[in-house]
Amino acid sequence: MPAVSKGDGMRGLAVFISDIRNCKSKEAEIKRINKELANIRSKFKGDKALDGYSKKKYVCKLLFIFLLGHDIDFGHMEAVNLLSSNKYTEKQIGYLFISVLVNSNSELIRLINNAIKNDLSSRNPTFMCLALHCIANVGSREMAEAFAGEIPRILVAGDTMDSVKQSAALCLLRLYKTSPDLVLMGEWTSRVVHLLNDQHMGVVTAAISLITCLSQKNPDEFKTCVSLAVSRLSRIVSSASTDLQDYTYYFVPAPWLSCKLLRLLQCYPPPEDGAVKGRLVECLETILNKAQEPPKSKKVQHSNAKNAILFEAISLIIHYDSEPNLLVRACNQLGQFLQHRETNLRYLALESMCTLASSEFSHEAVKTHIETVINALKTERDVSVRQRAADLLYAMCDRSNAKQIVAEMLSYLETADYSIREEMVLKVAILAEKYAVDYSWYVDTILNLIRIAGDYVSEEVWYRVIQIVINRDDVQGYAAKTVFEALQAPACHENMVKVGGYILGEFGNLIAGDPRSSPLVQFNLLHSKFHLCSVPTRALLLSAYIKFINLFPETKSTIQEVLRSDSQIRNSDVELQQRAVEYLKLSSIASTDVLATVLEEMPPFPERESSILAKLKKKKGPGAVSVNELEEGKREGGELNGGGERGDNSAIAASNASTPSPSADLLGLRTGPPVTAAAPSAGSLLVDVFSEAGVNDDGFLRDLEPPTESSDSLLAEGPGDSDSAPPSVVSEDPATPLPESNELLNKFVCKNNGVLFENQLLQIGIKSEYRQNLGRMYLFYGNKTSVQFITFTTTVTCPGELQSQLNVQAKPVEPLIEGGAQVQQVINIECLTDFSDAPLLNIKFRYGGALQNLTLKLPVTINKFFQPTEMASHDFFQRWKQLSLPQQEAQKIFKANHAMDTEVLKAKLLGLGMALLENVDPNPENFVCAGVIQTKAQQVGSLLRLEPNAQAQMYRLTVRSSKDTVSKRLCELLAEQF
Amino acid sequence: MIGGLFIYNHKGEVLISRVYRDDIGRNAVDAFRVNVIHARQQVRSPVTNIARTSFFHVKRSNIWLAAVTKQNVNAAMVFEFLYKMCDVMTAYFGKISEENIKNNFVLIYELLDEILDFGYPQNSETGALKTFITQQGIKGQPQTKEEQSQITSQVTGQIGWRREGIKYRRNELFLDVLESVNLLMSPQGQVLSAHVSGRVVMKSYLSGMPECKFGMNDKIVIDKQGKGGTTDEPGKSELGGSGKQSIAIDDCTFHQCVRLSKFDSERSISFIPPDGEYELMRYRTTKDIILPFRVIPLVREVGRTKLEVKVVIKSNFKPSLLAQKIEVRIPTPLNTSGVQVICMKGKAKYKASENAIVWKIKRMAGMKESQISAEIELLPTNDKKKWARPPISMNFEVPFAPSGLKVRYLKVFESKLNYSDHDVIKWVRYIGRSGIYETRC
Repeated sequence: MPAVSKGDGMRGLAVFISDIRNCKSKEAEIKRINKELANIRSKFKGDKALDGYSKKKYVCKLLFIFLLGHDIDFGHMEAVNLLSSNKYTEKQIGYLFISVLVNSNSELIRLINNAIKNDLSSRNPTFMCLALHCIANVGSREMAEAFAGEIPRILVAGDTMDSVKQSAALCLLRLYKTSPDLVLMGEWTSRVVHLLNDQHMGVVTAAISLITCLSQKNPDEFKTCVSLAVSRLSRIVSSASTDLQDYTYYFVPAPWLSCKLLRLLQCYPPPEDGAVKGRLVECLETILNKAQEPPKSKKVQHSNAKNAILFEAISLIIHYDSEPNLLVRACNQLGQFLQHRETNLRYLALESMCTLASSEFSHEAVKTHIETVINALKTERDVSVRQRAADLLYAMCDRSNAKQIVAEMLSYLETADYSIREEMVLKVAILAEKYAVDYSWYVDTILNLIRIAGDYVSEEVWYRVIQIVINRDDVQGYAAKTVFEALQAPACHENMVKVGGYILGEFGNLIAGDPRSSPLVQFNLLHSKFHLCSVPTRALLLSAYIKFINLFPETKSTIQEVLRSDSQIRNSDVELQQRAVEYLKLSSIASTDVLATVLEEMPPFPERESSILAKLKKKKGPGAVSVNELEEGKREGGELNGGGERGDNSAIAASNASTPSPSADLLGLRTGPPVTAAAPSAGSLLVDVFSEAGVNDDGFLRDLEPPTESSDSLLAEGPGDSDSAPPSVVSEDPATPLPESNELLNKFVCKNNGVLFENQLLQIGIKSEYRQNLGRMYLFYGNKTSVQFITFTTTVTCPGELQSQLNVQAKPVEPLIEGGAQVQQVINIECLTDFSDAPLLNIKFRYGGALQNLTLKLPVTINKFFQPTEMASHDFFQRWKQLSLPQQEAQKIFKANHAMDTEVLKAKLLGLGMALLENVDPNPENFVCAGVIQTKAQQVGSLLRLEPNAQAQMYRLTVRSSKDTVSKRLCELLAEQF
Repeated sequence: MIGGLFIYNHKGEVLISRVYRDDIGRNAVDAFRVNVIHARQQVRSPVTNIARTSFFHVKRSNIWLAAVTKQNVNAAMVFEFLYKMCDVMTAYFGKISEENIKNNFVLIYELLDEILDFGYPQNSETGALKTFITQQGIKGQPQTKEEQSQITSQVTGQIGWRREGIKYRRNELFLDVLESVNLLMSPQGQVLSAHVSGRVVMKSYLSGMPECKFGMNDKIVIDKQGKGGTTDEPGKSELGGSGKQSIAIDDCTFHQCVRLSKFDSERSISFIPPDGEYELMRYRTTKDIILPFRVIPLVREVGRTKLEVKVVIKSNFKPSLLAQKIEVRIPTPLNTSGVQVICMKGKAKYKASENAIVWKIKRMAGMKESQISAEIELLPTNDKKKWARPPISMNFEVPFAPSGLKVRYLKVFESKLNYSDHDVIKWVRYIGRSGIYETRC
């Protein structure tokens, strides 16, 4: 409370508070409060002529009671009355009560706003400040609506006092933060910028916070502030510590203002004007110089203030990234801090250096500190500092020092803190790959990595090592040998067994010549680990065994014995049992040729960005990733792991997801053709209804019965499998689709591929295929801009009853789309029963900070599940007559929207999915079609007749089907098409 | 089994801490204080689980008693023990208060050692305990070998609650029937719920090892007798007076001295009483309760700022009896700003700290009525909530048993010593008190 004169002591309040504090128990406190409340009520009720002092006292008591946690439901009026008092203390208590207690209560808000208005228009600066503080403290929308226009005027008016200007600037900042739409830019904005030139340092400090916030949203409007800020900065920097009397803090002139100025400058690119730029560089140099000077005081505040400015300056230098000289100097300065005894300083230095390392100018300079950083990694006591050190090592790594850094990180890994191990593992894996000159070193490193920190090696890491080994035939032999040796350790990690199983299965023949690693020795080595492994690993090992049979026929009997044992062939795990049974059968039935074809060496993987890198990015942005993205990544991390796993057990997912997963299926279908070609001879072992290869092979599929459980589908991805995956995205989200989405939907009734949506930012292409009651849709999201989209997420929802009619599953999509790049999403659709609505696709992403939200209808319509039916004329009419119930027929007569071109009509009807029957209708002008809609629940036969009338430019459309809703929906859909 | 027992004062400071088992660590004391006594939200549940440790607590005035265990114990047993502990302490040093506990902490530790052994409850009969745990120092009264062996044989014997060789010049027996009557009544006078919970408390000063038999007007017993030959009409037994002959007891519990087998077979209550004061039985009835007072409320809201309340109380028992300590508590709305009260009898006052008008009457005879009227001024608030109108509650004490329970006989047989039932002086007293006695308004 500000200086209270003697008469204002409010003894009653003091007595009350001390009473409360002396209460022995909660009950006693409540009793005392009840008594006081009754007293206040009788006072407020009794004599209306309560003087200002007692009003203030009682309002104070109420406030105290409220802050103790009791409800207060009266006294608001008295508080509002206090606002119109002329005494400072009374007014102040009134405002205090209001900013603490008043919610958006309609009648009172009006009164309060009135009182605030009066105070704002009064010439009394104290009152104006009180009012502004109240607005800022409440900061509600109502307040913003009432005063958003008024405050800028006060702020820029020439005759406003300095203290009021300060309050006004901060108040406006607060309103802008709560409701930015209400604070409109206007002519005042340019005058706000000139507040940077104000005489009063306090005003400048307050104004700069406002300007920084505003300029982040409207950089162009505030461009002029750059030169002003620079000149202000140079004045502060060049001033002696005694110049700015009140604003010198422990011999540092205006540290807060300097920091804010430097931060404001970080919102803009380097100034183009040479003079301004020169001046700025001069300032930055001065700041760097000052850091070298001996401290003027031993107090910690002095060094803190000085360092705060320095670090702000360094981040500005890094932000500009154009002054090699400054960058190097900054780097050297940070190098000094690396050995400072203050932990915080070391942390900050490491952090800043991390960003410096990514600049081409200072990269070399950063590298000179490698020894210190490695030392920090080893000796720091604080784990967060060690983490920074690891980050920095990662950032400064290049071809020249990779071996050293990787070795250091590996050795550190053995003692590293558990919380950062996984990240370290990823980093080591990436560095090893990125800077690998010879791949045997790479293989050694990764195997070492798995040995040292097996538990922290994520799937991606060992996927990657296998990808690389497979793609580079020069290391295959070496890898096989090393893995073989590593597996000989009595206890080795499961990940090692996985790598070993895969590599020996593929390239075991390369080392089989050596009697020490003869095929049988290899097999026995692998099999000795078999029983200690989890199910997925065992599955992988089984696949390795069948490959052994192919590679080394001499092991066949041993392996068949193993496969035949009860623990395999009667394993309680379905996957293991199936593999054992199938492999056993395959090895005993198939000829060596077939075996060789089926178990051919894996073809090279297509070159793509390392999946580990993506994972690390998601886990934690290295260096210059914005905070925003970083958080997003952390959240996404968990999901991604889940997604990866799902990818494992379905070969389709693996073939389409961006992360390749050679884990479970060594015979994976992702390479399609060679395997499918082998399929028929292998006794229809390989049926993948969905795979691209399968699509090409229509005839083959048509002949097949729908896959039943007994059909020995070795790697079949029946619909059941994809169903069992958790429906990750289908949830209720009441989003309203774009208005034009219905039109978009109609566009796709008769076609399956095309562009679904396009605007300036995004293009969505679509490709879909349907088979019986199943469908798959590929969505291609193209980023048309040059800026990356971040936090890109899509959700597919089935509104209302559609949820029970349609089963839609969308695979997760990459949350980041680079400028100009395209990502693909797969959506699996299963039609459970007939439906009329369309699922909604919601797309959210950030483009340059702004959140974009888009909802479209997915073009999934009932006709997509048509199976065409060919039938002869009399058949057609017989069925037509069978469907003669009035509700089974839907008829529509409508005007043609397009020219009546027979060929176009035919194409459209074919696109619809039904069979177009020739020579059925006596009138050759008419079209008749027949088809069966396949849903999981039932099959709905449908017949269609379209009668064009060329003279009237009209059509008559008749649809008959065994289900009334289907006829109606089809009729509706088609009426829009012609 | 109980792992430890702690006693805290109202601030959560530990007064007594006794740990019986090793699985209870030192930090258990703090865990209870932090999570229950100082909990942000008041803990209502008497059992609290903190880190796989269960805390059972009871609160007596400002004192917290907490038993703690890591095992899955019978919660009812633990609470029974805690209440027994309270009884024992009261018997030794009167009211349980911080002051008393601090003054008797040596005694309390001694008691805790005796009544809990490795967490298993032992003999907690006050009479027995008092023979070997005394408040005098050991020097004051050196116990002879004989006495010590007597104590041993008593404590380990069949009748652990009474020692042999007690001798009184005057054999006296005091019997109190203490009842508390609970009621919830609708504004229209309809009984929504009512029950009486009663206790029979005895003080016996009898020589030797007497065998006692207690009889009351239990419905089952009376009905059985009615069938068993006597041709008397049920209404014409020796009980006469109060117009009700027998009562239906819903449930009852007995002191350990009562022979339960006999009660089960014959429904007769026979026992060898402990020496001194003890509670013979507890019971509960819900049927045919005599409600000593009727409260007739009349609340009228006059506009938003005024409330008129009129309450009439009628006493409903024999005019010859006098009710005492009558107190009627009429709740007032939370936005009361002023109250005027007029009453014919007694004194009435608005107590702001309790948000109620309290009306006190010292004495009131049966079949009378009295009335109070009050005008309550209200302060208009912007709170939309309506006043919830809490019920009017009442306190009183009447010299009869509202359940209708009557003591029919209490016979004493002592075969060894030569005194008969007639030589024992017996005193019987009935006290009916209000429990939660509320009328909605």
